This record gives sequence, C-alpha cells and structure tokens, in this order.
Amino acid sequence: MPEITYVGVDGTRRRIDVPAGTSVMRGAVFNDIDGIVAQCAGNAQCATCHVYVDDTTVDRLEPARPDEDDLLDFTACPRRPTSRLSCRLTVTAALDGLIVHVPERQK
Amino acid sequence: MTGDAQPPSVVIVGAGQGGYETAASLREHGYRGRVTLISAEDALPYERPPLSKACLKGDGAAPGDEQLWLRPPTYYARQSIDLVGGTVTAVDPAARTVRLRDGTAYDYGHLVLATGARPRPLDVPGAALRGVHTLRTARDAAALRASLAAAQYAVVVGAGFLGLECAAAARESGRAVTVVEALDRPLARAVSARTAEHFTRLHRGEGTRLLFGQQVVALRGDWHGKVTAVELADGRRLPADLVVIGVGVTPRTELAAAAGLPVGDGVTVDARLLTGDPHISAIGDCAAFPQVRSGKRLRLESVQNAVGHARLVAKRLTGASRAHYQELPWFWSDQFATTVQIAGHDDGHDTEMVLGDDPDAFSVLLFRGEGLRAVESVNRPGDHMAARRLLDGGGRLKPGEAAAPGFTLKGHLARLRDGPAPARRGVS
Ligand SMILES: Cc1cc2nc3c(=O)[nH]c(=O)nc-3n(C[C@H](O)[C@H](O)[C@H](O)COP(=O)(O)OP(=O)(O)OC[C@H]3O[C@@H](n4cnc5c(N)ncnc54)[C@H](O)[C@@H]3O)c2cc1C
Ligand code: FES
Repeated sequence: MPEITYVGVDGTRRRIDVPAGTSVMRGAVFNDIDGIVAQCAGNAQCATCHVYVDDTTVDRLEPARPDEDDLLDFTACPRRPTSRLSCRLTVTAALDGLIVHVPERQK
Repeated sequence: MTGDAQPPSVVIVGAGQGGYETAASLREHGYRGRVTLISAEDALPYERPPLSKACLKGDGAAPGDEQLWLRPPTYYARQSIDLVGGTVTAVDPAARTVRLRDGTAYDYGHLVLATGARPRPLDVPGAALRGVHTLRTARDAAALRASLAAAQYAVVVGAGFLGLECAAAARESGRAVTVVEALDRPLARAVSARTAEHFTRLHRGEGTRLLFGQQVVALRGDWHGKVTAVELADGRRLPADLVVIGVGVTPRTELAAAAGLPVGDGVTVDARLLTGDPHISAIGDCAAFPQVRSGKRLRLESVQNAVGHARLVAKRLTGASRAHYQELPWFWSDQFATTVQIAGHDDGHDTEMVLGDDPDAFSVLLFRGEGLRAVESVNRPGDHMAARRLLDGGGRLKPGEAAAPGFTLKGHLARLRDGPAPARRGVS
C-alpha cells in the first residue's frame, strides 16, 4: 500500500499506509490525523482539507484541476505554491512516499 | 463552563450530518461534559450526498461502505463521544430526560434535536409495490442500488435535486429513464429558470425523457406485487420496473411536538436555534429558523446548513459565542459531469444576469433591487467561491457593475478588498 507521511503543526510525523483509490484526505481522517477537517467530506466544496505538500515530493503529483485550483484561493491558511486539497489527491502507487504538512488552521 | 462544577451533559438526538457535527464541534471548543449521540440508524455517522450520486452507479462506494463514514470508530472513542444506537421515543422537558424505544433513559443538561427529515411518500395507489423506492439513508440507497442493477425502465417521480441525481445515475448505468414532474420545469423551488433550462437540456441530451406538467395517479404492479408501470393523469402508462419517488421531505418534528414545543414546517427555533425550551435546541433539516436579515422563517436541507447550525449550537453551549445564526447558505449537486453550486438564498429576485458565454459553464446572478441575493454557478466553481465570499460580506454588487464588460466576481471581490483604485493609477 502506498505510504503517506503526515506532518502535524507541531512537527510530529505519522507514516500511514493508505489504500490506493482512496484520497490523502481520507487517509488522514481515518487515522485521526489532527488538522484535516474535511467539512464537505471530500466533495470539493470546502477547502478545509488543505495541505502543504513537501517540496521533496511535490513532483509526484499531477497539477491541480480547475475546481481544486479555484478552491485553493479560499483556504484558511495562506495558499503557497505547494498547496493542495487532500481530497483531490487520489492515492496511487505513484504517490508512495508523499509527505504532506498540515496547516495551522482550516476554518 | 466555568468553575469545577461538572458541566451538564449534552444529548443529541440523531447522528446524521448535524448531530455528528454538534458532537465534534463541542469537543473542538473544549467542552468536557458528557456527550451522547443517539442514532436510530445502526451505522456510524456518514455523509448522504454520495447516496444519490456515485453510490447508485455501482462503481462508487457501496452504501454502508466505510468510505462514507464521516469519521472512523476510533474518533468517537478518542473524543469521548458516546454513540448510542436506538430511537428516541419521548422527551420529557420537565424532567430533562429522553427515553429510547427500549426503555433506556438519558438525562440531559441540554438537548439537541437533529432528527432530519423523512421522504414524503407519494399518495397514490400502488406506492407500496416492490421496486418503488424513496431515498434518505444508506439502507435506502443499498436497496435502490440493488433494484437498479436489475432494472431496465426507471421512472423518477419529481424533478428536484434528489430526483434528478437519481435519474442521472440510472441513465449513466444504461437504463431507460423517464422523469415525471408535476410543474412545468425541473428544480422549480430551487433555481432560476435559466439554470433549470440548462438541466432540462442536460438530461434530455443524455437521453433521459423528461415529462413536465404531469401528475402520477397510480403505480401498477404484477401479481407478485412488483411495480410494472406508472400511470399518468392523461391516461398514459409508462413501463417501469424501478420507481424512485423524489417529491420532497417532511421534517421529523414529532418528538418536539409531543414534548409541547412549537412546531410548524420544522421545529420552530429562534435566531440562536433554541426551541421554546431554553434547554432544547433544534438544528439542520428539522429546524425552522428565522433568517436574520429578512426575519422570515426558513428550513433548509443542505450539508452546509446542518453543519453551520451544529457549530453555532456548540459555540453557544461552550460559551464561545452567543451570536445569532446568520451563515450564508450554500449548496451543491452533481449530475452527469455537471456541478451546480448555489450561494445565498433567493427569496425573490427581480434581475437575473448571466456571467460566461459557454452554455455549459455559466453563473446566474440574482438581484433584488440593487443588492445581490444569490448566485447559481454551473461548472464555474471559482465563481461560486467568490460569490460565497461576496455574499458573506453583504453582497455589495450592483447589477450595473456586473454588466460592465470583462466583469468577474473574483475581480470585483479583489476591488472591494483593496478599496477603489486611487485615481492617479488610473484604471484599465
Ligand atoms: C440522497 C441525499 C443526497 C443529498 N445530497 C446533498 C448534496 O449534494 N448537497 C447538500 O448540501 N446536501 C445534500 N443532501 C442533504 C443533506 O444530506 C442533509 O441536508 C443533511 O444530512 C441534514 O442533516 P441533519 O443532521 O439535519 O439530518 P440527517 O443527516 O438526515 O440526520 C438525521 C438523523 O436523525 C435520526 N433520527 C431521527 N429521529 C430520531 C429519533 N427519534 N431517535 C434517534 N435518531 C433519530 C435519523 O435516523 C438520521 O440518522 C442530500 C440528502 C440526501 C438524502
Ligand atoms: S474535503 Fe472539502 S474540499 Fe476537500
């Protein structure tokens, strides 16, 4: 199973096996990672599943599609070049090793 | 929550979107008393929107699948939220207890009614035939999905969001689909004529038959009690081995009514979402609340509304805020590859303006007088997000401004934020 590392605001790292086909958001929510709120449960409506993808792994991702891109302008913490919505990141083998940082606030 | 006194216990009736969010939000705001979340469904709290969309098509998550859970079981344990399975059958406001069908009773310091709504039945002969479905719960969705897998001719009664989503899922699964609607257009209560017209075109373009201005008078079945046809007022019979009834919902108010609380179309609450009893709140689909701006009573059926209500109640109970409820309503629906998003509440508009000249991607701005009231966006998520911000900030946009060439909601928002451009810099 692809392994995703979630880095908390306090720097704690958790490595989680997340089944392919699900999302980086669901991997967080189902493993009680704090700070991924996912208010709309993955429907690309809320921007409360924001993550900063680690610079070292950001090249594993396809670029954001327009709906994600639009929502990223409305995150609670400032948008950065590596900002993504974790519900839009479908887990595949290609994402194995991805590192994401949880922002300070989501709403 | 001051001092060392044990905080009063909060009991929440209904573990749907609103009930779950109340419990989660109480903990988020540091509430340390007991939280009991009572669910009539023997399932962890889950999200309903996919039930009428991806779930139905057979390729998405199956109803009941953990993909639909809002949180995993460990979450409730970690947050000390007591999830109790059972149906509350009585509330005793004097004794401050609720009683479950099995006789168990729970004391509360504060009670939150988050009982949601139930589908309205179709009041015609044959409505109880096999193959006739309503859709509210994961269990309903599982039954509908099983029926759909075996069906050839699906008829959807009611062209509201739920009906159209089901129709789209059935069509995408390759069924012959007919939608029957009593009014002369789809989504009549929900969207402008322009947006409704788009959905008519969309569904027809996908090969779905839409019949407007038609009443269903009976459902007919075979001698096994299985539905075979839908009979219309004009005498036509539509073959059907699957019928979905999507004619709206009724708020579940009976507990509140039996407890002597004021009830209309929903449990009547004030601007802080309190019922007539200061120890009982009501939220989400079951609650009729006053819209602060207009004073009119509203009952909304959306995830946003249930979540927003829940958060307000949690803040009130933890002393974080005593504010009135005035969150901007918003809503979305997916049908085929189209997403429609609505920001604001259209309680009557006099001007409609369309942004975007792509027939499949546009936004309709609805004004009353000089004020923007609501925005419907079809495949324009950026407009929707900008509209949410703009309307949240009071909707400062005049029809004349929106008519200016090159106008965009995002640009307008930026101008409002940065203030008018200083004259010497010039514009454009
Ligand atoms: C199929 C479907 C698709 C939807 N799609 C969308 C969408 O795309 N976008 C959107 O914004 N909204 C959508 N909605 C609406 C949204 O899901 C609801 O508005 C929201 O769930 C309301 O939350 P609630 O907590 O008020 O009620 P619910 O989520 O319905 O929860 C109420 C719960 O209370 C329980 N209950 C009732 N009475 C009792 C009792 N006496 N004792 C114990 N438990 C009780 C019920 O069993 C239920 O589990 C959809 C709804 C459905 C059904
Ligand atoms: S969970 Fe809402 S946008 Fe990702």
